[in-house]
Amino acid sequence: MRTARTAGELLAPATLVVATAILGAFVSQANEIYFVTALISVSTVVALYVFVGNSGVLSFGHVSFFAVGVWAAGVLSIPESEKPATMPYLFDFLSSTTVGNVASLAIAAAVGGVFALLVGLPLMRLSGLAAGIATFAVLGITNNVLRYYEKIGPGLNTFSSVPETTDLVQATIGAILVIAAAFAYQRSRIGRQLRATREDPAAARAVGVSIYRQRLVAFGLSGLLIGFAGGLYIHFIPINVDAVYLDLTFVTLAMLVIGGTTSLWGAVVGALFVSGLDSFVAEMEDGMTLLGQTVDLPSGSRIVVVSAIMALVLIVRPSGLTGGREFSVPRVSRKAAA
Amino acid sequence: VSPLLGSGLGDFVTDAVDLQVQVDAIGLGAIFALMAVGIGLVFGVMRLVNFAYGQLIMAGAFALAYASERDWPVAAGIALCFVVVLALSLAMERVVFRPLRSQSAAVMLIATFAVSFLLQSIALLWFGPLGKTATSLVQLNRPVSVGGVDIRKITIVAIVTAAVCLGLLVLLLGRTSIGLHMRAAALDSSTARLLGVRANMVGVVSVLVAGALAALVAVMLTVQYPTVTPTFALQETILVLAGVVVGGMTRLVPATLGGFLIGYVSGLLGGALPSSQSQYLPSFLFGLVILVLLLRPDGLFTRSRGLVERV
Repeated sequence: MRTARTAGELLAPATLVVATAILGAFVSQANEIYFVTALISVSTVVALYVFVGNSGVLSFGHVSFFAVGVWAAGVLSIPESEKPATMPYLFDFLSSTTVGNVASLAIAAAVGGVFALLVGLPLMRLSGLAAGIATFAVLGITNNVLRYYEKIGPGLNTFSSVPETTDLVQATIGAILVIAAAFAYQRSRIGRQLRATREDPAAARAVGVSIYRQRLVAFGLSGLLIGFAGGLYIHFIPINVDAVYLDLTFVTLAMLVIGGTTSLWGAVVGALFVSGLDSFVAEMEDGMTLLGQTVDLPSGSRIVVVSAIMALVLIVRPSGLTGGREFSVPRVSRKAAA
Repeated sequence: VSPLLGSGLGDFVTDAVDLQVQVDAIGLGAIFALMAVGIGLVFGVMRLVNFAYGQLIMAGAFALAYASERDWPVAAGIALCFVVVLALSLAMERVVFRPLRSQSAAVMLIATFAVSFLLQSIALLWFGPLGKTATSLVQLNRPVSVGGVDIRKITIVAIVTAAVCLGLLVLLLGRTSIGLHMRAAALDSSTARLLGVRANMVGVVSVLVAGALAALVAVMLTVQYPTVTPTFALQETILVLAGVVVGGMTRLVPATLGGFLIGYVSGLLGGALPSSQSQYLPSFLFGLVILVLLLRPDGLFTRSRGLVERV
């Protein structure tokens, strides 16, 4: 029974992801984009969950690690011949290096992870509001530097000519990899130690758990995974620096909170639920026929709907759609099986 | 990269002690201090970080723009600004803050984050990304010359308004019974309730006072930045939130000082950074914020614990 429950903790989110992918394979080309976006969101939100969910500490800074992943993968995979035209001020070693698909994703993950570790080294000593504001400050600095420092990227311009390698298959594999990593971490010894500090810091410290060290490990791993998600994203859609700032921070946090912050299942459910809702509203912005009525919402309605739903979920069900619990088979059917 | 290194140091210091830069920095600090009071007061009484405070100011600014575009008299515009901001504050308290009162600080912070984005995106739908213009008070931007220094009238208005408001607030908290209730609720909410302090009442009053301050800030900010967009006051709110935490969130006086300080430093850096580096101003500010938080995580001005009042 216990192994079945443990397996469900990994298999339920993975199944949901695969089901989403299969559904995405059958829809039209125009709608497939929504499914790929949703799967990349799963990677992003699960990566955020690894730190926020397990530690119980809020981070507004994770989009910085996503952004450096975007920058690393984007800058390094644009063909050398294109670089002088779009990014004339680039450092020599960046403009003379071009890497392939897998390598660029690995580098995005590595850069995200190393940046998170460096940032975490001093910041993980903080807690509460000070930690929240400090991670926010990291986001502000990262955004400011990426926006104006043209030796490491396109600055204010949108990335162009990045090979669009992230398709339904790669997005699915990516999401499964991130979920597997998050699962392995939360079942591991160190993952459990961090969860213990979330539940009762004093008791955890009393049995010899170093809160600082455990938070730092999770922060680094989480940065690595979200950097990887950033790599997936830039290989999917050309974006600029505004796409990796406050809006993305808000939407990823919203997904995690709506799903339920403290469980992997919640992170996946939240990401897919909000993505689905977002796609639905996006379609309505373009005009769609619903129950015989033509609905045509003004563009920009998406974030209104997402933020209203988020506020509503917080007020009605503060622990999220899943209640922050892992997936488990409903009681009735378990009895029947026994 | 830093302007503080090499030959730039001399210029930097000369610019920073320049009287003109000093006056402008103090003016900006005064406005930030008012915002800090608005955020700190609500935090003190309700233990809630109101991320949506900037959107109250934004709403007030749109009210001013609305009045200005219809050539309303100035007083009517300001009155509309107060009505809009206060109504919105009350609605926020009733619909979001009150149901979440028993939740953790993190949940409340995320909830106000959501409210902030909700209001911002409603403004975007309603007024578009280019926004509106509020011009009825721009003559306050004209300078008066005092001892060789050109001081814009709005700077004087801001400093005087901040001083008067802080004075009134001290009277409200120290000399009235509702002020006493607010201080009691801030110190120990459950004991205060046992002794007959009405939690809803002090919540409403703190939100209203914060709202009135937001309306004032909206008036003063639109003078300096007449173009009102959905992201109006967003950057300022983020800085003030950082400043409030740097100063010491749990007590009102340190929180206010923190707000003033970040506005002052922001004005100073803005005036003294060479133009090639002024685009990195946010990085310098946020870097300082991180540094101070690491050195004094409980707040810069909270040394004398127990002596400073909590509200």
